[in-house]
Amino acid sequence: MNIQVRERPEAASSVTAKTAIADCDIHPARATRTELYPFLAKRWHEHLETYEKHPYQGMMEGPPYPKAQPNASRRDAYPPEGGPQGSSLSFMQKQHLDPNNVVLGVLNPLNTGQGIRNHDLAAAICSAINDWQIDKWTSKDSRLKGSIVVANEDGPIAAKEIRKRAGDRNFVQVLLLSRNVEPLGQRRYWPIYEAAEEAGLPVGVHAFGFGGNPITASGWPSFYIEEMVGHSQCQQTALASLVLEGVLERFPKLNMIMIEAGFGWAPSLGWRLDKVWQRLKSEVPHVKRPPSEYIRDRIYWTTQPMEDPERRQDLFDVIDWIGWDKLLFATDYPHWDFDDPSRVLPPGVSEANRDAFYLGNAKKVYGIGA
Amino acid sequence: MTAIIAGGVDCDLHPAVPHLTSLVPYMNDYWRDQVITRGMVDLVSQSYPTNSPISSRPDWRPAKGKPGVNLADMQAQALDPFKVAYGICNPLYGVQMVFSEDMQDAFCRALNDWLAKEWLDRDARLRGSIVIPTQSVEKSVAEIERCAKDTRFVQVLMLVMGDVPLGKRALWPIYATAERLGLPIGIHAGSAYHNPPTSVGWGSYHIEDYVAQAQAFQTQLTSVIIEGVFARYPKLKMVMLESGFTWLAPFLWRLHKFWRGIRMETPWVDRAPLEIVRSNIRFSLQPIDAPPEPDVLNRLFDHMQSDELLLFSTDYPHWQFEGDQVLPQGLSDDLVRKIMIDNPLATYGRLTQRAKETMP
Repeated sequence: MNIQVRERPEAASSVTAKTAIADCDIHPARATRTELYPFLAKRWHEHLETYEKHPYQGMMEGPPYPKAQPNASRRDAYPPEGGPQGSSLSFMQKQHLDPNNVVLGVLNPLNTGQGIRNHDLAAAICSAINDWQIDKWTSKDSRLKGSIVVANEDGPIAAKEIRKRAGDRNFVQVLLLSRNVEPLGQRRYWPIYEAAEEAGLPVGVHAFGFGGNPITASGWPSFYIEEMVGHSQCQQTALASLVLEGVLERFPKLNMIMIEAGFGWAPSLGWRLDKVWQRLKSEVPHVKRPPSEYIRDRIYWTTQPMEDPERRQDLFDVIDWIGWDKLLFATDYPHWDFDDPSRVLPPGVSEANRDAFYLGNAKKVYGIGA
Repeated sequence: MTAIIAGGVDCDLHPAVPHLTSLVPYMNDYWRDQVITRGMVDLVSQSYPTNSPISSRPDWRPAKGKPGVNLADMQAQALDPFKVAYGICNPLYGVQMVFSEDMQDAFCRALNDWLAKEWLDRDARLRGSIVIPTQSVEKSVAEIERCAKDTRFVQVLMLVMGDVPLGKRALWPIYATAERLGLPIGIHAGSAYHNPPTSVGWGSYHIEDYVAQAQAFQTQLTSVIIEGVFARYPKLKMVMLESGFTWLAPFLWRLHKFWRGIRMETPWVDRAPLEIVRSNIRFSLQPIDAPPEPDVLNRLFDHMQSDELLLFSTDYPHWQFEGDQVLPQGLSDDLVRKIMIDNPLATYGRLTQRAKETMP
């Protein structure tokens, strides 16, 4: 499936392949089903063997929309020693980190304790995932940084996990998913934001998750492509909730990162929010500024999958409206819709913007280096 | 400001039903008894609370009652000042919220008959949309066929948030009927509230529900394109009403990228999503979710890569613009003519068909 079906009209930039880059969306996987067990209490081994995860959805194994490829991952990304794509550090180094000159790689584990109905189990798995990230990845390769995953539906337990990891430089953000039991601005999630702000960590919101709600406001769609495209709509609504519930007002030092849900929609959403807020602000007096200002100042966006207009200038208009200082390059390795760092930006982007896009913005939001 | 031109089509007007009891004269004995005996309440949807600022422009709000209940107000505030030749009435009365398909059918029939008698009969410029009981596809088809005999009905009306995504095959008999009878399917903002009003659950505020309409339109556009509605019904038009449109270009860039990547899943989508939108989908002008600067808006129009997608609308009596500034600044004369006249007439075939029929 990873074949080029259309010649790109623009030449690929010759510079970027060797440029040092941050990859703000890498998905580490477990090589075996029981790889997490050393980090989990015995009680949970038996529980998982008997009852499995009990998520907010029907199918035990993955979502009801079959992926386009096994594990939604590149067919060339299976490690030679076996195991699923993304499960081998040495192969990730060889296939991705070294050749693409990734100097900062942010790990976003997806198959964690999030979206599990038993909140004690959710907390145990999330904590185990955090230990596993240190043990298998960040302690072995200093380019890699972890994300603190938390039991998303239980604010106090999640906050406790964040405080436990605060100050540990193996981690550079707290990770949530876009689809939860309620929209992300709801108060049940506030302890997470409070603890993240206190720890000086941004909160990343990655597309996906199980919250039990139909994934459109008109029920469940039929196809995988609808789910994939629909991540951007779920993300828009989650972001609108964060703004309109006053999360960004209440936690003024908190930055958030929208991961793998696109960014082309951000200007239109901001304009719509501003227009409606002008009319309806008496309903939400806790939202003190035009909503687009919170978004412009406090939201960062990972780039993959880059929206792909026929005319590149259209995309640059959108980036100008969002701000070159807010984009974080990401590949989504090892997933099938990987964006190649040597091809995402055509020639003609200023050096300052290019540097910010590939590395500078990431260092800033994750608080790394000078 | 950009001047309007006379003879346009206002594609989104909202006449209001004063109360459920106003529909009783259009019901049979059984339903009349049901409404009265059971003390049924008025069907006001929380998509548009009566006193919400967005439900009526302050200077259009009547001294008492719901905004949009008086024909004389609509004439004085919308039809006359914007000099339209036609105005399409899209009633937003909350009949979609009930769960019984029988009740929904009875209420839709009453609503459509009420619209014809109390609005279309009283102003020759007005045209109607057929509200259908989507709980039952069979009853929906029957209602379309019943109303379509009156050629003043120019469109079928559905809400953007219903029970199932609009591309689902079970709904296709509705689209087959609409295509056969030359009726576009209008998809209007609003929810039946049979699902949570956002794709991530229930928000706390009215403002969230309204903002989320735009995301609902996006997922519906994905659904109707990906399920193959337009491969099967190539002459069918769908009109997104009160949807906003500044999200369209980036949405299509994303959809197009995934369609290229995984079109093996839906091989019947044999044209690029952008081409399908150009040939089959239209959008009402209001609301314009954009900053007031003409250069930004002109970039947004350019991103859409077509001047045939937008249809003039005031969204009367909803509060979308001030004074007579229904058209944004900086539009060319050509584009104004397209938006106000050419595009609506090309979309609503029954408007010109009827004009021809009634010519002496």
